[in-house]
Amino acid sequence: MNSILEYLTIFVLAAFVGFEVISKVPSILHTPLMSGSNAIHGVILVGAMLILGHANTTAEEVLGFLAVVLATLNVVGGFVVTDRMLEMFKSKPDQPRPEPDQARGAPGSEDATDS
Amino acid sequence: MSIGTTTQLIYLIAAISFIVALMGLSSPRHARQGNLLAAAGMLMAIAVTFAQPHLGHLGLIIGAMAIGVVVGVPAARLVRMTAMPQMVAIFNGVGGGAAALVSLTEFLGMDTKTVATYKVLEVVLGVVIGGISFAGSGIAFAKLQELMTGRPITYPGQQVINAIAGLAILGLVLTVLVTASTPVLWIVLILSLALGVIFVLPIGGADVPVLISLLNSFTGLAVAASGFTLDNNLLIIAGTLVGASGILLTRKMSQAMGRSLPNILFSAFGSVITATGTADGADRSVRAGTPEDIGVLLAYARKVAIVPGYGLAVAQAQHTARELADTLSKRGVEVYYAIHPVAGRMPGHMNVLLAEANVPYEQLKEMDEANLEMPTTDVALVVGANDTVNPAAKTTPGSPIYGMPIINADEAQNIVFLKRSMRPGFAGIDNELLYDPKTTMLFGDAKETLTKLVPAVATA
Repeated sequence: MNSILEYLTIFVLAAFVGFEVISKVPSILHTPLMSGSNAIHGVILVGAMLILGHANTTAEEVLGFLAVVLATLNVVGGFVVTDRMLEMFKSKPDQPRPEPDQARGAPGSEDATDS
Repeated sequence: MSIGTTTQLIYLIAAISFIVALMGLSSPRHARQGNLLAAAGMLMAIAVTFAQPHLGHLGLIIGAMAIGVVVGVPAARLVRMTAMPQMVAIFNGVGGGAAALVSLTEFLGMDTKTVATYKVLEVVLGVVIGGISFAGSGIAFAKLQELMTGRPITYPGQQVINAIAGLAILGLVLTVLVTASTPVLWIVLILSLALGVIFVLPIGGADVPVLISLLNSFTGLAVAASGFTLDNNLLIIAGTLVGASGILLTRKMSQAMGRSLPNILFSAFGSVITATGTADGADRSVRAGTPEDIGVLLAYARKVAIVPGYGLAVAQAQHTARELADTLSKRGVEVYYAIHPVAGRMPGHMNVLLAEANVPYEQLKEMDEANLEMPTTDVALVVGANDTVNPAAKTTPGSPIYGMPIINADEAQNIVFLKRSMRPGFAGIDNELLYDPKTTMLFGDAKETLTKLVPAVATA
């Protein structure tokens, strides 16, 4: 019974940290913040690995395997999407601005792939 | 130092990296480093997990991770910036699904005769919350991706049915607590998935981002519940961090829309007003202009405000908008962008899109700042926005958006709407401003009409 109290303590403290840490966010960063915290809960991958690693029956193996696939999607997708959003906020003044007509179809710009 | 201690230490470092990352994500300067720091922490945690003694099925684990990477990275890399909200929804959903599966699988391996009740409670919470988050995110994705209608789906007795489903889950949860029965837990999972679906159906497309934020927070709590089940500090800390900050973020988002969270979740917003809106909008006249007329109007203005909305984003017109702004600036016209906090589909979404088009940061004005400038602005050019400039939010107490802060485009000397049709916006409410004598309409796809305006301004 002792360990559950320890975990509850950690839980309560982490909740307070969670409230404190984002109390002052400018609204332009709400979307990246949501996406970033989305990536962080991908840490369930650690749990999924442990579950699959200790699986004894076929049912546990199948469910564990699925859990690892889903959790990996959460982690990599979450971090990549967040990074792409934040890439847009890097400061630009030191770079040469592309000409307007180049900018629209420039390789690497996001809309170069659409028709 | 034993492997157990090393693991705990590395998990602690990973947890710290997540906390510092969230702090970094709260400021534009450190946001990107913050995200990379969290990724590094995650990598360390995964690496040390591989080093656990008695960890079997290594091939299966690596295979499953390879599938996740092969599917996830290209999906996240190739998705267009406008489709980001639904990507966040889907990645959140799979996280919730993973948490539910982890809890469920751990339960299968437990000795149900001797297990403590609080252990069962942790499992059940993980399954219920994870299941709701998984199914709800799926529906949210379908709504944003327009695989299904973005309008609220309502039917008689909806609230009652939702309440019954909730109570049924509660009853079955208690049953599982007493009997530790595996079949009942499966039924709980299925009912939770169903509740996730019917809970999201009545929420309109415009409100879905707030919902995603809430489901994001749910997934965090499900992860924390799994952490309790597995006796894993890292899962508890990371999950709780996301759960707590997600709730706060959800509240901030609904505040930005001037509404309360219960109102967003339970009022089927936008379903009723549509009927009356289209009825009295049918026979009213609007003034439509040509690109040349508007080109002249813009070219001889002193100050022009561009008010971008979701229509600009879907048309991928942010680069063309900047081109128009550059052309105007060259003629000595002062140009600024008036950004509503929920322009686009998520708070901050529009800033991301415009930054992508290299719009100078100084030209972006937040709503309050832009509203100070509006009375001295000659032309407000509203590109694919509607609800965020709807004066009904100030003047019509009965309107569902009453009280929502808006960009005061109606205070500008002239208003130009670039819009595809007279259709009401995302919230489904008619906009009086479209019929204002100061307003000129220019119908068409935002990118096409902007492309026509550039030469029209240059030759005016």
